[in-house]
Amino acid sequence: MKRGLVLWVPLVVFLAIGAVAAWNLYSPSDRLIHSRLVGQPLPAFVLPAALPGRATVSRADYAGEPRILNIFASWCVPCIAEAPQLMAMARRGIPIDAVAIRDRPQDIQMFLSRWGDPYRNVALDADSSLQLSIGSSGVPETFVIDGSGTIRFQHIGPITDADMARLIQEYEAARVPS
Amino acid sequence: MSRPDRLFMIALALAAASPALADSLLPPTEYANKQLADPRQEAAARELMHEVRCLVCQGQSIADSDADMAGDMRNNIRRRIAAGESPQQIRAWLIQRYGNWVTYDPPVEPLTWPLWFAPIVLLGAGLFLMRGQFKRRKKKA
Amino acid sequence: MIAEAGLAALWLAASLSLLQMFLGWASVRPGQEAMLRFVRPLAVAQGALAAFSFVMLLCLFLRTDLSVQLVVANSHSAKPWIYKLAGAWGNHEGSMLLWVTVLAVAGAGVALFERKLRQDTHVATLAAQATISLGFYGFLLFASNPFTRIFPIPMDGNGLNPLLQDPGLAFHPPTLYFGYVGVSVAFSFAVGALVTRDVGPAFARAMRPWVLAAWIFLTLGIVAGSYWAYYELGWGGWWFWDPVENASLMPWLAATALLHSVTVLATRDGLRAWTVMLAVIAFSMSMIGTFLVRSGILTSVHAFAVDPQRGAFILMLLCVYIGGALALFGARVGTVKEGAAFDPVSREGMLVVNNLLLSIILGIVMVGTLYPLGVEAVTGEKLSVGPPYFNKAAGPVALVLVALMGAGPLLRWRRDSAKALAQRMAVPILAAAVSLLLVVLLAPGIGLLPLLGLALAPAVAVASLAPLWGRNLRRTPLITWGMVIAHLGIAVSMAGMAAESAFTKETLIAARVGQQTSVGPWTIRFEGVEPVAGPNWTAIAARLVVRRGDGRELLLRPQARMFSSPPTPTSEAAILTRLDGQLYTVIGEPDGQGRWQLRLWWKPAVTLIWYGGGLVAFGGFLSLIGRLRRARRTKRQDEAEPTPAFEPGREALA
Repeated sequence: MKRGLVLWVPLVVFLAIGAVAAWNLYSPSDRLIHSRLVGQPLPAFVLPAALPGRATVSRADYAGEPRILNIFASWCVPCIAEAPQLMAMARRGIPIDAVAIRDRPQDIQMFLSRWGDPYRNVALDADSSLQLSIGSSGVPETFVIDGSGTIRFQHIGPITDADMARLIQEYEAARVPS
Repeated sequence: MSRPDRLFMIALALAAASPALADSLLPPTEYANKQLADPRQEAAARELMHEVRCLVCQGQSIADSDADMAGDMRNNIRRRIAAGESPQQIRAWLIQRYGNWVTYDPPVEPLTWPLWFAPIVLLGAGLFLMRGQFKRRKKKA
Repeated sequence: MIAEAGLAALWLAASLSLLQMFLGWASVRPGQEAMLRFVRPLAVAQGALAAFSFVMLLCLFLRTDLSVQLVVANSHSAKPWIYKLAGAWGNHEGSMLLWVTVLAVAGAGVALFERKLRQDTHVATLAAQATISLGFYGFLLFASNPFTRIFPIPMDGNGLNPLLQDPGLAFHPPTLYFGYVGVSVAFSFAVGALVTRDVGPAFARAMRPWVLAAWIFLTLGIVAGSYWAYYELGWGGWWFWDPVENASLMPWLAATALLHSVTVLATRDGLRAWTVMLAVIAFSMSMIGTFLVRSGILTSVHAFAVDPQRGAFILMLLCVYIGGALALFGARVGTVKEGAAFDPVSREGMLVVNNLLLSIILGIVMVGTLYPLGVEAVTGEKLSVGPPYFNKAAGPVALVLVALMGAGPLLRWRRDSAKALAQRMAVPILAAAVSLLLVVLLAPGIGLLPLLGLALAPAVAVASLAPLWGRNLRRTPLITWGMVIAHLGIAVSMAGMAAESAFTKETLIAARVGQQTSVGPWTIRFEGVEPVAGPNWTAIAARLVVRRGDGRELLLRPQARMFSSPPTPTSEAAILTRLDGQLYTVIGEPDGQGRWQLRLWWKPAVTLIWYGGGLVAFGGFLSLIGRLRRARRTKRQDEAEPTPAFEPGREALA
């Protein structure tokens, strides 16, 4: 009855397809592309300072204390939404650096004076090169980097109130060497 | 039209394919839309750009996308090809950061075996079904 | 009142389909053939009501009736009337209503015009058709009612997605839907024949015109969709192996295979189980296509609204219909005798190989489209499968298939000799050798696939025309003409694809006003930009003066367009068509220093891709006319002596 069994193969294949489809329907893909560099050392980079009289972000800063690296842009609307949360973190004494993507100094200046300036150092990434080299796929994104220069955590999208606890927890965890 | 007006209109008219995404006011990076002088290098870059998936548009290669980030990725790839890097090196560099998702040409590894062996398996299964028929025919003949 | 009338008609049509289904299935047993008298008018009335309902929706859109939610969400009073009309099916609810309308009208057609089938099979077919319709009526009425009113009435509508405000795309979805529905009729025939165990030449002949008609529409839909993507997306690509494109390609591949296997079944009474299987697969593919596109589980350049609830409904329908049909297949087809035996070197032998290769390509496209979804569901790993995979995996199979397509029609039915085939193929093989030599000499260094494509295309074109050699062309039946033209179209299309990928010239430049550049044989002078306004958009247009050699100067004006409602930017390429190719120009962004980005392509022979596709559809059309005429002639001959309800001699029962 070999032929008999072969005849049921199409049904089995179809049911497998249906199962996959149902799975995708009920737990849809998050469509977020997470950086594979989480757990890896931050790559080397050289970027100019974004603002006159303000230090740039450099690879050498990531030694000793954990820091937060915020990828943002003055033209990015969700970045406005996360500004209060970043300010709150800065008030707690968490050092936050920023890299502005495809931006201009005067626009960055305006953005920071309008929505608040939580940053220590601010660098300009005019051609998204740092963004690509740390595996970030959009703005805003926030990385926690520990004292040995290892990327410990990536948050994609604007930081909401609900995300704060997790981010601070990850920051505290980064104090302990992995 | 005055210049700022024009800039505004252009920003509106040429915003990325997805209207939800705001766009930088900065003009595209140099090699986003400029070919390399060496046609061989440009051909290599083109081939790679056609297989790298755009990170912000999700359904297009960076070679077919108006998004700023796709332009920056083209700029990045062309510059590195011009600097002598091989397409394989650049592809590996991107996969290291974004995973296999970033390439439309899935690398051959255990997870993609079913994909790459599918043609052979299908051919085998088809021939098996056909062989059954031919044998029966031979008996009759 | 219009909306209420439409809704009432829809409810009535749904109840009729329920009745049709019960009566139909109840009367399938032998001896109940008289029921056909009741089932047929039901199918006709159901079709008329569904059509009425759809016409009501069209009226609402033409009048921009803002008390209806669907109109508000998808139309705008300032839109040209043709796009108001297109707005009726350019959205989820409207397109599903169109789906079910075409389905119901096709069902009425089967009820009215079908004469070849055994009566019990005919009833079973109509019952199957009603079962399918019922599911979609339910879907419409419970999950996507197009006639919902809205209050308070807004000032104006939100407009239609500008990408859809294009003549090509306005008629693209209905074309594909006609195709999908035609395939669903073939599916109903297959289910009907399985239920009554009547899989034989009569069934194949009854099903064939529907398969042919569906296939023509699927072909046209794919050709139009491809040309739309080519000129609308602004990057000069004509096929992206995008999941939504694949969703339209898969039913076409299955229908193409079915079209050839049904010929074997009708002519030689072979491939019985396989033909039934293919009919089920073709319908599955069109349903899966609809599901994938409508549920939003795929990421695609062709964005559609994501709605898991609706997705779940379609998935459920899909599982019931296809799962049911496949279970029926597994249980029943074992009792259907294998068809007549045939020789490997024969027309039918070659058709088996055609089916094998088409199925492999179908399998590759399906695996490539669905595997990333499966992997993500199981492992969470994200994968992308795109052009490099499909070209590498399916390209070689397609080349072999096209080569054999040239040889197939030169073989005789039943039995032929390989030696005779070689003699008949002498000229095509010579043509292949000559063109291969020419391409290698004149265009060294092009990729392997384009090289083989260019070498093969002339040979296959010659071989496709060969069945006409030495025949009186006037007396050659339309069916033969159809086959010849469709096969020729494939060769033409392949030549276009290969030439486009091998010889396209690209120039990307940030041009100052007055700057001159060139691409391929063309020189292009950029004379600045100017604003342009349309009925519901504004644009920046570049003035490009183009000239080929010493020829006349021509003005091209590619636009960067901004639609006002909803605000969406699009890029309108300016394309200059010449006999030997197209000059494709796009305006991009300014660089802030007075220069504008221009993208220029010279694409030799690119139009052959769509002309070839058009030939394929035209060949199908000729065949269909030929078939229908032949059927009418035989009907007239049979009229003196009516067909008996049962034809015991033709029974396919074990």
